[in-house]
Formats: sequence, C-alpha cells, structure tokens
Amino acid sequence: MPDAPGLELIRGEIERDHPGAVLDTSFDRGQAALNVDPAQILSVLTWLRDAPAHRYRFLSSLHAADYLPSQPRFGIHYELLNRDRVERLRVKTMLGDAPPAGGVVAGVPRGAEDAQHPSTVGDAATTGPAGPALPEIDSCVSLFPTANFQEREVFDFFGIVFRGHPDLTRILLPDDYVGWPQRRDFPVGGEPVIFTYNERAHG
Amino acid sequence: MAELTEDRTTEVMTVNIGPHHPATHGVLRLVVDLEGELVREVRPVIGYVHTGIEKSCEDKSYWKVIPFVERMDYVSYFFQMEAYCGAVERLIGLEIPPRAKYLRTIFLELNRIHSHLVWLGTTALDLGAISMLWYCFRERDRILDLFEMAAGQRMHTRYFQVGGVIEDIPLGFEAKLRSFVEDMPVRVGQYQALLDRNEVFLQRTKGVGIVDRERLLELGVTGPLLRAAGEPWDLRKAFDYLVYPEMDFQIPVGTVGDNYDRYRVRVAEMVESTRIVGQCLDALPEGPFIADDRKYVLPPRSELSTSMESLIHHFKLVTEGFRVAPGEVYYGIESPRGELGCFVLADGSAKPARVHFRDPSFVNLQSFRDMSVDTYIADMICSLGMLDPILGGVDR
Repeated sequence: MPDAPGLELIRGEIERDHPGAVLDTSFDRGQAALNVDPAQILSVLTWLRDAPAHRYRFLSSLHAADYLPSQPRFGIHYELLNRDRVERLRVKTMLGDAPPAGGVVAGVPRGAEDAQHPSTVGDAATTGPAGPALPEIDSCVSLFPTANFQEREVFDFFGIVFRGHPDLTRILLPDDYVGWPQRRDFPVGGEPVIFTYNERAHG
Repeated sequence: MAELTEDRTTEVMTVNIGPHHPATHGVLRLVVDLEGELVREVRPVIGYVHTGIEKSCEDKSYWKVIPFVERMDYVSYFFQMEAYCGAVERLIGLEIPPRAKYLRTIFLELNRIHSHLVWLGTTALDLGAISMLWYCFRERDRILDLFEMAAGQRMHTRYFQVGGVIEDIPLGFEAKLRSFVEDMPVRVGQYQALLDRNEVFLQRTKGVGIVDRERLLELGVTGPLLRAAGEPWDLRKAFDYLVYPEMDFQIPVGTVGDNYDRYRVRVAEMVESTRIVGQCLDALPEGPFIADDRKYVLPPRSELSTSMESLIHHFKLVTEGFRVAPGEVYYGIESPRGELGCFVLADGSAKPARVHFRDPSFVNLQSFRDMSVDTYIADMICSLGMLDPILGGVDR
C-alpha cells in the first residue's frame, strides 16, 4: 500500500495531468483509496497503469457497492495492484442514479406490492426502452481485459451500464431476469420461492 | 450428390456441453463451435448455481455470515472463512493471538492439499486414469478426518471465528497430523510415479492449452495457472498475513505454461504445503486460540454460570452481534486457485452493508477461451480440468 503521504503525492501527480480528476483521497485501516470523478475514470486508470513511476498494471478486483441512503449512491471499486512494489491502491468512483425518465424513479424494483402481484414484478426496473435510464460509466475492458466478467457482474446486480463493454449482458442471473438484486432497496426475499404449496399462487 | 464433394472441414457445428456433464466439474455449460474436432469458439455460460449468497450476507450479523461464505467455493471453505474473518478483523482492528495464526495456517494448508487432491483425482479421471481418483480420495479422507476431529464437521467446518478459531485442537490431533505430514510426500511421490512417465498422460497434457504469461496477467489470472506460465506470484510471499513470513517454503513455477506444467505446479504445491504444516506444528505456540476482546468474541462457556458480565456479553453477541464502525476493507489471500479477495463494507450497524468475494475461479474462467480455441475438443476437456474451476465459487 502507498502510505498516506504517498497517496497525496500520487494525487498531486494525477492532478497535474488531469486537473479535477481526483475528488478526494482516503487512507483508512491501512488501505489507500482515490475517489475519482466518474467522467474521468478511464484517463485516471490509464495514467495509473502506464505512468512509469507507478505502473499499477494488475486489476485484482472490480466490484460495486450501494451506499444508500447517501448520495451519490453507487460506488465502483477498482482494486489495483503494482506487483513490482507489492502495493495495492483502490480507485473508487461514485455514481448517482440516472435522472428519472418519464417520472419513474430508477432503482426501485419489486417492492412489497410486487410480492403480492408477482406477475408484474419489477416493472419499474426494466431495461427496455420504456424503462428508466440506468447510471452509466466508461468500461475499462480495453485497459484491463480481466474486467470483462466483473463489469458484467456489476451490471447484472446493480444495473450500472458500462459504455463500450464488448458484451454487456447478464452473467449470473437469467437473461430475462427483471430487477437489480444487489441494490440496497431490493428486499432480501424479494424473489418468491416456489414450493409445492404455493406454486399455484406464484406459478 | 453435390454435397458430398464439398470440403467437409469447413462445416462449423455448434455443440452444447453441460450444464450437467461429468467433464465440466460442476454446473458449467459450454457452447462450443466445432469444425470437425477442432474448437473454433467456446462460450462458457455460468450462473446455474447462483444462490445470492452476497445478498443474503447483508441480512445477517457479522458472525452469522461465516457459514454462508464457506459455501461459495465448496472445496476450499477454510479460505473463504479466512478471507472474510480477516477482512472483518481488519475492519475492527482486532489482532488475533499467535496460536490462532498458526492453527489457521495449518488448516489453510491442509485445505490446499485437500483441494488439490480433489482436482488431481477428478482431472486424472477425465484423462482416463481412474485409479488416481481412489488414491487421491484416500488421502483426502485423512484430511477430512482431521477436520472432523478439530471442528466436528468434515466439510464447511465454521472453524474460524472473528478473533481466532472456535476451539483448540483436541488431544491426539497432533500425533495424527504428524503421521499425515510424514506420509504425504511419499504419497505425492506415488502419484507422480503413476502419472509423470505415463505415455497417455504426457501425450494428453504436454504442449496443450498454452497461454503466455502476459496474456494471463491481462486476464487477471492468478494462482497455479499463472505460476505454471513462469510467473512466481504468490500472495503468501508477497503480502504479510498469518505466519507465512516465518515459514520456509518455495513457490513452484513452470516454464511452458501448458497443462503438464499446471499439473506439476499443483503437485509440487502439495509437498510445499505439507512442509508448511510440519513447520507450523513444530513452532505451534501455547496460549489462547481466540482473542480476549469480549466486545467481539464469545466468552468461554465455563464463565457463563459464574460471571454476570460474561452472560451479558454472550447474550449481546448472540442476539445482536457486534457493531462495526463504518469503513471498507479489501483483503486478498492465496487460495488453491489464486487470489481470493473479500471486500466488506461496514455501515456502523451489526450487519455488513456489502460482502463481495473476488473469486479466483470466476476470473480465471476468462482464460478458458484462450486455452481452448484451435485445440481438439478432447484437449478442451483436459484444459477445463486443469483450469480447476469450482462452480460454487464462480456463481456464488
């Protein structure tokens, strides 16, 4: 890990090439993180990957978290690794909900009312042309091919669209699944489990 | 009749393999474009055993998450426990006692041997060496007996706790483990005698499924697959966790990066793991096996009938669980398949706001296309075995 002053140095160097790209830094529990403007995520990742003094060339993990109720709510984490210096650096970018389209608030999938009418589950969260817009960010597959599956996983569970991803489809859930289950406003148990006794009601 | 004169090799046929097929080592579906017997394109389709474990974890207090995460990669459950417990310990800043560190290392390395034994048995079975399965599972059973002795369970032991391990090793465990540590290198030698000079095995594995080191790194591949390509990258050496810095062990690496190297690297790793277990046994310190912080760790059972304070702590920990100050931690360890990372986000309550596992099988599976395209379909099955994906970990 870069230590706290090292993190500020990295921030300063990025600021020189990309002014305004780094919004904040945090050094918590021995782990360094850069909070980056989502619009400039690709240029920062490219810089960190290729700058001769840093070369964070290995993307260990790409994952997302929903920070609801704070806004902007979605955090996308890039766990970068410099294998020569054995240093990890977390790049984090925060995305808000996309502006609502047609008066429907995005990210409110099947609630309690849907559990009673499972045939209409998750109409609010469809990705179709009629559905609300989803938050978007640039894909980093061109920089780190390993992000391919992991960006698909984030899309699958959080409904975050990665612009420029070669094949942005659901990966673990079925293709016809509706809703974004890892969002915090998606209830646990939001999916009716069909047993023999209730198969008529939900079948 | 005109069709008969056509060049038949140009015909591409799409074949579906799985999801229920013994050669896919789990519930994996492969959509393969074949030209004759040559694989021209392969698309893994996953998600058949997705059970939403990460979502369920958000609804459980911290200590109740442990059995959930164990069931992701069901062959290397100790590693999931260590990744999760280690991440939570880093969140709350809890130092675990030395004896717990040694015990954890012993069980992690036993689990690594167990995982590699399951891999070796099933993969050799795919290549026609049926007897390997029985030999490997014979040794695996001895490891499971040890797990049962210490934790009461053969699989999914829930042995690691936040703060240490749940119970000290019982009387007689050490002697049994020592005899295993003595026997294991001999057994590995026997496996090698069966396979290393076996003409069928060599023909099937040598020069097959080569992916070069740079491409593997781009794809984020870690673990034995990367080491077989000649990159000596092992988190046990790179990062300081548990007692690995004090251990004397080597990282086996390959030279070519073919399936034979992958086999050799894993087999050599079993011997190195056995050495680590032996060293841990020799150096095992006396002392507590779990931290003594009553805010996070259950008080000893014997105190409950005499101390009111212990009873209150016990009640609070069991009903509500402990709270963790807001923060987030990523903790990566070397599992039998590569970097197993656990990300935990705490929001100040007694339940994690997000638990995410960076599963090595999931990431490594992306290299399968590079291994298989333009090889024979029989070699693709061999490459899949050597990739060693555990679908429970892929789908979570």
